[in-house]
Amino acid sequence: MVAQNIAFGIIAVIMVVGALRVVTVNNVVHAALWLVLVLAGAAAQYILLTAEFVAVTQVLVYIGAVMVLFLFGTMLTRAQLGKEKLLNNPTWYLGIPASLLLLGVMILALISSFGDEKLPTDSELVSTQAISDQIFGPYLLPFWALSFVLLVAVIGAIVLARKD
Amino acid sequence: MLVNQFLILAAVLFCIGVYGVIARRNAVMVLMSIELILNSVNINFLAFALRNGSVDGHVFALYIIAVAAAEVGVGLALVLLVYRNRKSIALDELSEMKG
Repeated sequence: MVAQNIAFGIIAVIMVVGALRVVTVNNVVHAALWLVLVLAGAAAQYILLTAEFVAVTQVLVYIGAVMVLFLFGTMLTRAQLGKEKLLNNPTWYLGIPASLLLLGVMILALISSFGDEKLPTDSELVSTQAISDQIFGPYLLPFWALSFVLLVAVIGAIVLARKD
Repeated sequence: MLVNQFLILAAVLFCIGVYGVIARRNAVMVLMSIELILNSVNINFLAFALRNGSVDGHVFALYIIAVAAAEVGVGLALVLLVYRNRKSIALDELSEMKG
């Protein structure tokens, strides 16, 4: 258990630092690369939470596909790839009290509801078979809806980005 | 491992993402902040799946990943369209609908 807590601490610090860099760095490509670090840390946390299939999916979809999309978006919408002065709004400082207030409320609510409740320690890794039994059993209708959403998103992206 | 250590990590990431959505001016950076928010929600779902010994949280996490991928695809297509028409993706310049 101690090893898992140490791993959690290290990965959590890496994720928080990476996330702070994503929202503060003055270069879109660097922000995308810091975001890769956060997403990889999230995949590691999923492993700690015994969710190996979701972790692998996270690596494939986010680090593999979404980051490529972000880098393409950066490439197609910007002339220079260096630093940019005006990445923040003129009133960017208003985000600090808003997010700190939200954080305070959420941490208070979490501590008062869960306190020091422990996660079960004897659980096995959740098998892919169990997840697929759920998806293709009780959650079949949402799965169809999701397929439709993906189809519409693909068609919509093509229609929007097409040059006429 | 406590339940709260995962939930508080997710809360911190969520708030950093909210700050990014408020503070950033570049539309691509706002989309990246939204990814941070969606990932923190996924950590919550998996923590509760482990706490309750249920697989449903994993299914929802997978659905969120798929919807997030669709959202980024459509979002970046929109950003590309705005850039083609305006030669800029600064969100505060898109004020045609201001009364």
